[in-house]
Order: sequence, then structure tokens, then C-alpha cells
Amino acid sequence: MARVFMKGCEAIAEAAVRSGCRFFAGYPITPQNEIPEYLARRLPEVGGSFVQGESEVASINMVYGAAQTGTRAMTSSSSCGISLMSEGVSFMASARIPMVYVNVQRGGPGIGAIQPAQQDYAQATRASGNGGFRMMVFAPATVQEAVDMTYAAFDYAQRDRNPVLILADGVLGTIMEPVTLPEMRSQEEVAQLKAQCRPWALVGHDPEKETRSFIAPGNWDTKKQQQKCIDNAALYESWKADVQVEELYLDDAEVVITAYGVSGRIARSAVQNLRREGLKVGLIRPKTVSPFPYESYEKLDFNRVKAILDVEMSIPAQMVTDVELAVKGRCAIETCLHSGGEIMGRAEIMDAARKLCR
Amino acid sequence: MERNLMVAGFGGQGVMTLGKFLAEATCDSTDMNVTFFPSYGAEQRGGTANCYVVISDEDIGAPLGDSMDDLIVMNDPSLNKFLYKLVSGGTLFINSSIVKSEITRDDIQVVKVPVTEMALEMGNPKVLNIIMLGAYVGYTQVVPENVVWDTIQHKLGKKPKLLPLNKQAFEAGLKIGKEAQNRQ
Repeated sequence: MARVFMKGCEAIAEAAVRSGCRFFAGYPITPQNEIPEYLARRLPEVGGSFVQGESEVASINMVYGAAQTGTRAMTSSSSCGISLMSEGVSFMASARIPMVYVNVQRGGPGIGAIQPAQQDYAQATRASGNGGFRMMVFAPATVQEAVDMTYAAFDYAQRDRNPVLILADGVLGTIMEPVTLPEMRSQEEVAQLKAQCRPWALVGHDPEKETRSFIAPGNWDTKKQQQKCIDNAALYESWKADVQVEELYLDDAEVVITAYGVSGRIARSAVQNLRREGLKVGLIRPKTVSPFPYESYEKLDFNRVKAILDVEMSIPAQMVTDVELAVKGRCAIETCLHSGGEIMGRAEIMDAARKLCR
Repeated sequence: MERNLMVAGFGGQGVMTLGKFLAEATCDSTDMNVTFFPSYGAEQRGGTANCYVVISDEDIGAPLGDSMDDLIVMNDPSLNKFLYKLVSGGTLFINSSIVKSEITRDDIQVVKVPVTEMALEMGNPKVLNIIMLGAYVGYTQVVPENVVWDTIQHKLGKKPKLLPLNKQAFEAGLKIGKEAQNRQ
């Protein structure tokens, strides 16, 4: 496949279609508008449906409805819009309905700023709605990763019958880069994927011959509701096998920089530049932030690693809580932070790391 | 090697298009990595608009470099705001029709292109960005000029009647860029 030059949002949208997404409902918000704009034109070409909802709340519930039929469905929004969707996401996590949604993060809290930030880490990984549910959360750093992760996200969602979140940011949404697109699934393949959902999906079963499906986001029977939570917890535990992480130079690193998403790619180039200066710096870049790659930190040789530098476009830092859980006080953890739409500078990361190397 | 360009002006000057055409031509014609990152406010016209193009033979980490090898400035406020970002020995391209402030550095190359006047003379003020793109490519040869022209043609595919004007604009820019390079 030849590479094409695409904007992050549009590439995510095209990857969704190629993975078999046939329904999108959403409500406009910067910096993710190119996702719905692209899909408004693209989905009808493949027999799919696009709806611009009257609000985020309406949109997420339309996605809930469509996804209950086994149709691959998605939505996207940004930060404060994602908050509005949280009830619907929680209902889908409770009802165990597959769905993919994209948060192209902007400044926060509140309406924040329209420029890029990473203020929604805790929301994405801990509490995307009420009820203590979890999701797989992918954190792409390049347009290529965003495409590959979106394509795979629909398969993970269907495997687990659970929502999957792509945690992007305003840089990734608006940047243009060369990208190689994944293969387009044929209409037959998409139909087969939908047919695989038939046992649980609401597709009009014949009550004489088949078991009727019943989908509900809760249970009045307390024992059954407890069992639902136990089953969900077992699913979340199983994701340990799905961790994705990029590790660089950890064999001899004395200072380890850690960052995800856009901060992750800037941190990676900072690490490469510092290595050219002869400094023993390494990188841990979580590509899934849920499940989080705790093991990458746990296996570090803390006799050698002097400090970890946590880099985020969030103030206060949020991912650092997960880093602390893995490091357990065995080395110092410092932070290098930006927010509010101010984009992380590579030189700042390098300065902060140089200080720790001394 | 990594090469950082920033294009700065106000909304409506075609700042984004200039950067996008250059980045797309790089993607089409080379196996280099390239990023285009736009930065603008909520306004469509009149507000500040700038974009960053990074071309590199390695993975691109920072789509906004800390400092710029090349800076294209289309209006006065952008000169004052961004001149400090240019590396020593870097090249500043200015829209000399309207950028009248004194250039307060002597450690850089300056290429002056009166793009607003030239575009008006050509009969369409909108092509000022294509003139500047020509000047940039002519001076730096960062991407072969025919590849950039192919990209412009491709992008204007739906409006073929605009091609002669854009060709005139691009070639006028190229000429100024090459002459400036020859004077070095």
C-alpha cells in the first residue's frame, strides 16, 4: 500500500470504515470536527449511516441503539463533550455492548481551551462514567498508530463486548502525516462480523426456534448484579495480556522518561537527541494506558535508574499516579508539564532530563 | 537531519495551504517523514494563523520544533512575535509588501518577496501564498520544484481555470527565490 498524506481525524475516520464501522452519531466540537465531517460523506458510500445528533447525550444513545444490533458503531468528541457522553458509555459498559469512541483531548477542566492538551487521563482510565467500569484505552502518538489502533479497537470491542476508547489529543487530530491505511474489509466480511454478534444482538430472533436476546444496563436482582460486576472484573483482569508499550534503551538507562500520546512522541525524540549527547536516558511510552504497562516500570533495575521523568500535557500530572503504583517509591519521580493548549517543547524535556542525569 | 519551517500570518493569507502543499509534495516525492501541524484560533479570517512543517529522515517526534531553520512571515505582527524562533544562520522569508518593521537580527539570511503587490498585479490577491511557496522552494530546493507544481495542479484539479494564474504565481516566486540564492 502506498502512503497517503492525511490529517489525524480523517485517518481515524477512514480506519474505522475500513474496520467495518457502519454507524456514527456525534455532535460537533473542536478539535475533532474532521471525524464527523469525513464520515458524513464516507459512510453513505459504504451503506452506513451518519447522524449529526442534537447533542452529545442523544448521539451516544443513538450509538448505543445501533451497537445493540451488532453493527459496528462509533462516536467521537473532545473532553467536555466526552463528559456529556459518560452516562451512555457507562450504560453500554454495563450492558456489555461493543462500541468505539474517540476523545480528541483539548484543554480543561470545563470548556477549557480548543487547543491540544492531555487533561482527561484519569477520566479515561478510571471513571469514564459511574459504576467503576473499565475500558481498553489506546493512546496513539502518530497518525499511523491512530489508524492501526482504531482499526483494531473495533475487534477488541467485539471480542470483549465492551466500549473501547481511543485517547487522542488535539495535535494528533489536526496534524497531517504520511500514513499507510489498513486493508478495507469487504461488505461480506463486515456482514460476517455482524452475524457473529447474533447470539446476543437485538436483531429479531424467532421465538419458536431461537433464544430471545435481552439487553439491559442493570439488574434488579442483586445477586445477578453482583455477578455482572464479578464477570466484568474478570474481563478487565484479562487485559493484562493486551498491554502495548514502547520501550527504548532501558538496558542501561539511568534516567527514564515516560509519556503517552503526543507527549510520548516528543519525549521519544528528546531521548534520541539526549543519547546523541551521550546521556543514558531511556523511554517507556504506554500505547495502551488501560491496561497500563506497570511491568515495564516494575522490571527496571532501581540500583541503576536514578529517576523517572513523567511528561504530560496535564497540570496536575495524572498518568504519574499509575507510574507511582509501579515504582513504589524505589526511585524519584519528577514531572515536566504543560497544559491549557501550550504544547510540550522538546528542549524543555531535554533540559529536565539533563538535570536528573547530573 | 531534521528541517523545521514555520509559516506565520493572518487568516485568509493562505498560510495553511502553503504549508500543506509543501508537506504533501514531500510525502508524494520522497520517502522522508514529514508533518504538517496547523495552529490557529477560533476565527476563520483575520486572526493569527500559523503552521509548522517538519521534514526529516528519522521519525518526527516534535511537530513543533523548539527553533526554526526557516521562517516565512506574511505580516508585521508575526515578525515581531516569531523572529526569535529562527536559528542563527536560518533564513527569513518576508512578505515585503506589508512587513515594514525593522529586522532586528543580523545573524540570519533574509529573502524579501513583495507577494501582496505581485499578486495584485497578477489580478488575484489570493495567489500571494503560491508566490511565496515558489520563492521558498526556489531558494531552499528542499523538494524538487516540479513535484511541488504537480501537487498544486493535483490540488487545483477541480478548478482547472485557476491553473495558468497559479503557474504564473509559482514561477514568479521561484525566480525570486533562485536569484536570492545565487546572490549568496
